Amino acid sequence: MQDFQQWNGFEGRIWKEEVNVRDFIQKNYHPYDGDESFLAGPTQATDKLWGALQKLQKEERAKGGVLDCETKVVSGLTSYGPGYIDPELKDLEQVVGLQTDKPLKRAFMPYGGIKMAVQAAENYGYEIDPELKKIFTQYMTTHNDAVFGAYTPEMRLARKTHVVTGLPDTYGRGRIVGDYRRIALYGIDYLIQAKEQDKLNCGCGNMYDEVIRLREEIQMQINALKGMKEMAKIYGYDISQPAKNAKEACQWLYFGYLAAVKTQNGAAMSVGRISTFLDIYFERDLKNGVLTEGEAQELIDHLTMKFRMVKFARIPSYNQLFSGDPTWATLEVAGIGMDGRSMVTKTDFRFLHTLENMGPSPEPNLTVLYSSALGENFKKYAAKISVDTSSIQYENDDVMKPVWGDDYSICCCVSATQTGKEIQFFGARANLGKALLYAINGGFDEKHRIQVGPKMAPITSEYLDYNEVMEKYEFWLDWLADIYVNTLNLIHYMHDKYYYEAAEMALIDTDVRRTFATGIAGFSHVIDSLSAIKYAKVKVIRDEEGISKDFEIEGDFPKYGNDDDRADEIGVWLLKTFLEKIKRRHTYRNSEATTSILTITSNLVYGEATGAMPDGRKAYAPFAPGASPSYGAEQNGLLASLNSVAKLPYHWSLDGISNTQTINPGALGHSEEERKENLVQVLDGYFDQGAHHLNVNVFGTEKLLDAMEHPEKEEYANFTIRVSGYAVKFIDLTRKQQLDVISRTCHGVL
Amino acid sequence: MLSAVPAMGSCEPVGLVHSLESFGSVDGPGVRFVVFLQGCAMRCQYCHNPETWACTSSSQWTPEALFKHALRYRSYWGKRDRRGGITVSGGEPLLQMPFVTEFFRLARENGVHTALDTAGQPFREDPEFLARFDRLLEQTNLVILDLKEMDEEKHKALTGHTNRNILAMARYLSDKGIPLWIRHVLVPGLTDDPQGLKELDEFIRSLKTVERVEILPYHTLGRFKWDRLGIPYPLGDTRVPTREEVEQAEAILHTVEYTGS
Repeated sequence: MQDFQQWNGFEGRIWKEEVNVRDFIQKNYHPYDGDESFLAGPTQATDKLWGALQKLQKEERAKGGVLDCETKVVSGLTSYGPGYIDPELKDLEQVVGLQTDKPLKRAFMPYGGIKMAVQAAENYGYEIDPELKKIFTQYMTTHNDAVFGAYTPEMRLARKTHVVTGLPDTYGRGRIVGDYRRIALYGIDYLIQAKEQDKLNCGCGNMYDEVIRLREEIQMQINALKGMKEMAKIYGYDISQPAKNAKEACQWLYFGYLAAVKTQNGAAMSVGRISTFLDIYFERDLKNGVLTEGEAQELIDHLTMKFRMVKFARIPSYNQLFSGDPTWATLEVAGIGMDGRSMVTKTDFRFLHTLENMGPSPEPNLTVLYSSALGENFKKYAAKISVDTSSIQYENDDVMKPVWGDDYSICCCVSATQTGKEIQFFGARANLGKALLYAINGGFDEKHRIQVGPKMAPITSEYLDYNEVMEKYEFWLDWLADIYVNTLNLIHYMHDKYYYEAAEMALIDTDVRRTFATGIAGFSHVIDSLSAIKYAKVKVIRDEEGISKDFEIEGDFPKYGNDDDRADEIGVWLLKTFLEKIKRRHTYRNSEATTSILTITSNLVYGEATGAMPDGRKAYAPFAPGASPSYGAEQNGLLASLNSVAKLPYHWSLDGISNTQTINPGALGHSEEERKENLVQVLDGYFDQGAHHLNVNVFGTEKLLDAMEHPEKEEYANFTIRVSGYAVKFIDLTRKQQLDVISRTCHGVL
Repeated sequence: MLSAVPAMGSCEPVGLVHSLESFGSVDGPGVRFVVFLQGCAMRCQYCHNPETWACTSSSQWTPEALFKHALRYRSYWGKRDRRGGITVSGGEPLLQMPFVTEFFRLARENGVHTALDTAGQPFREDPEFLARFDRLLEQTNLVILDLKEMDEEKHKALTGHTNRNILAMARYLSDKGIPLWIRHVLVPGLTDDPQGLKELDEFIRSLKTVERVEILPYHTLGRFKWDRLGIPYPLGDTRVPTREEVEQAEAILHTVEYTGS
C-alpha cells in the first residue's frame, strides 16, 4: 500500500491501493447542510484580477471577438513560458497557468485540421507562418484531411444537405474529461508508475491490431504525463508528488486541465466533478488553522477565473453551430452519494458563489446535479443564483446516478460519463425533420435539389395519409441511422489516429469504457408534424418538380409541450425508434450507442437547412432547441410544457434531453423569498417525474430587447443567458440568434 | 364524506372555463394550478381580461375531469409543506359556485390547498345564497379578495356595481375565520387618492383574518383585448403608476405588516 505524508489526516484504504478518487472522496468528505451565510466576499486580489480580466474581455469584444492569435508556435504542453492575467499582478494569482503566453490569446492547434486552423486565424486577420502551414499540409496528415479522404460519396452528400450535421470532422471532438483530481491526490510520478504497469499487462505477447494500438496509446499517455510535469515546472511547481494543501490541490488539478486545453481544442472541454473532492483539502486546512474562509473562497474564485478564460480559435461555420464562443468548461456541484448522503459541501456553495463575487458568466458551465432530496438550504441558494444570474443549469441526479454512479462528470453540455472510467465519442446530430421530408419526397433534397440516398417513390397524394407517411418515414430513419453511424465510425477512427487525446486519456483508466453519443435534431417539429397528419388534415403544396414546398393544415391537432399524451406519445415513439435503429449497428471500438435530444444553438443551422414541415413550420425557420417544444406550441403554461418533456424516458436518451425555459421574474413570485421557493418547487416537481435537464432563465423579454438594442450598456457586459445546454453572454450572439432567443416562449408575460 | 349533490339539482355541475394555467405563482401561496372561469358581471374600467365577461364558453369541464387534469401538476405543489395547490379565478368564480364547490371538495379530499380569487360582486346576504356560500367556504383554504374602491359612488362609476355587498362579504369571511389576501389595483388618478386608500386601510385593519395585502399596479398589457373585442377602452391613455406611487400606496395600506402566507 502506497503512503505519502501529504495524505496525513485522510481516511480509507482502497484508494491507497489503486488509483481510485471516488473511494477517497467517499471516505473523507463531510456533507454540509447549512446555509450560505458562511460565504466570504471577493478579496482585493480577486477584485483586481477580475477587473483586469474584464478589461481584456472588453478589448476582445471591441476587436471583433479575438484579442490575440498565435501564428508561429504550435500549441503543446511546453510550447510557452509562463503567462499571467497581468504581469504586474502576477503575485496575486493564487492559481496560475495560461493556454499561451498571454491572456485570451488563442493558440495555433493544427492537428484537428490544418485548413481550419489557418482559416480560423485568417478569419480574425492573422496569417499562420507559411513554414508551419507547409509542414502540416505536406509532411503531416491532420484529422480533417484523413476523414475527408476516406468519406464515401454518399456520406459527403448527406453532410452537404445537412441531414447529418455538426459532425466533429472539422474540429476536435472533445467530450473527454480527464480525471484531473488524480494529479492532486497522487502526483504525476505515481500515475506514470500505474500506466507503466498497465503497459506491461497490455496483451500477452501477440501483437494484434488492438494490442499494438493500445500499447502505443499508453506510451503517448506516459509521455503526456511527463510533459505535464515539465509544464508545471515552467510555473515553478513540482507536481511529481501529491498536493499537500488546498492551494496545491487547486493548482495541481488545474495543471491537469490546462494540459488538456493546451493540446486539444475539442468542442467541449469539461472540468468535471471537483467540488466535493477539493472540499476535503479545504476542510483539512481550515481545521488545521492554516486557511481562512476568505482564502478558501479566493482560491475557488481564482480557479474559476481560469476556467472563464479558456479560448480556442474557431472557424465561422463552427461559430454558427455553437454561438457565443463556448468551451463547455462544464463543472458540476451537488448530487447524492450511493450511500444516500448529500454530496453538497461548503465548496459546492463556494463555486456557485463565484457568480456573486465576480458576476454572471457563461463559463465554467456550472451544473447542479439536482435531487429533491438535496438539502433545502442548498436548493434555495441555487435557486437564488438562478434568479439573480440565469447562469446555471440543473440535471437530475436521481435518474443519472443509477446509470453512472455517484462520481460522474458532465462531459459536454449535459451528457454524463463516469469520471476517469469512461469516454464518449461525440456524434453531433441527425436531422430527423429532414428525414421526414425525404419520406415525403422520396429522398430528393428539398433545398439542394439533389437525390440523397436511394431513389424511392415519393408520396403523391394531395393529403398526407398517416400510415403511408409512417411506413416511408421508418424506411428513411433506418437509412439515416445507417449513414450516420458509419460516418461517425470513420470520424472517430481518424480522430484516435491523428488527434489522440493523450493528456486526458493519461488521467483515465486504461481499461476505458466508451459510449457512442448520437443525437437527434428537429424533435418537436417531427412530433407536431406527425400529430398534424394524424389528427388534422395536411395538404401538400408542391412545386413544379413535385417536391413539397409548403403544407396547409386544416383543423386542430395536439402539439408537444402541452402535456397532451396524444402528441407526447409520438415523441416517445420517435426517440425509441431512432435509438433502436442506431443500436442495431456496429459502432467503432465496440462503443455503447446512446442518443440525445440536444442541439446546442445549432437549431438555427439545422433549421436553415430544412424546408417547410407539416407542422406549419416555414421553410428554413429555426428548429426549436433540444427537446424544447416548438415556438408558440405551448398553450398551457410552463408546467404543462415541462410535463411533456418529462415523459421522455432518460434511459432511452442517456446522452441527455435538454430543455430550456425562460420565466419572467414577476411570474415566479412577488418577493425574492417567494421566487426562490417557487423555483425550488418547479425543480422538485419536474425532476421527481424523471426528467433529465433544465436550463432556467429568469428575465423578461423587455430585458432581451433592450440588451439587443443597447449592447454598450454596462449592465449587459456580462448579461448571461442559458441556451440549449450551455450559457452565453447575450451580446455575443449574432442578431439572428438574439431574435431567435427572443422569439421563444417567455412564461408569464401577462 | 360530504354530500356531493350540487346545489343546482341532481345533474353534474359543469364549469365554463376560460383558460387554464399550469404555472401560477402569484395567485395564492406556492406554485398553483389556476382555473380562470368564464363570466363576470362587473365592468371594471381597467379590466385586463374583458374576454372573460360573457357567460358562454366552448370549454366546459366537469369537476372530476378538471381535478384529474389538475393532479397532473401535483408534483410541483411541494412535497413537505405542500404550499402550492389550486386556485379558481375568473371571470367571477362566485357565478359558478356549485361547480367550484365540488371542484374544491375533490381537492380537499385529496389534501390539496384551495384558493378562491374573487371580486365578491355576486355576494348576497339572503339565507339561500349564504347556505350555498357556506358550503363553498367549507372547502376553501384561502380567499383572495379584490377591493377596488371604498367610496360607493366611485365604485359604481368604476365597475358598474355597488360595493356594499362586497364589503359585507369581506366582513362575513373575517367573522367566519377564513384567511384573506386583500388586493387593490392601483390606477393613477382613479384608485390612488390618499384619502380613499386611508379608508381602505382602516377597513382592512378592521378585518381579523387578513394575511396579506397587495397592491397590483395597473398595466396596459390587456388593452389590445378591448380593441379586439371592439369595446371602447375607457381609460384611454392612463399611465401606469410609478414605483414611488406604488410604494406610497403600500405604505398607506401597511402592506409589510401583513406577513402571513
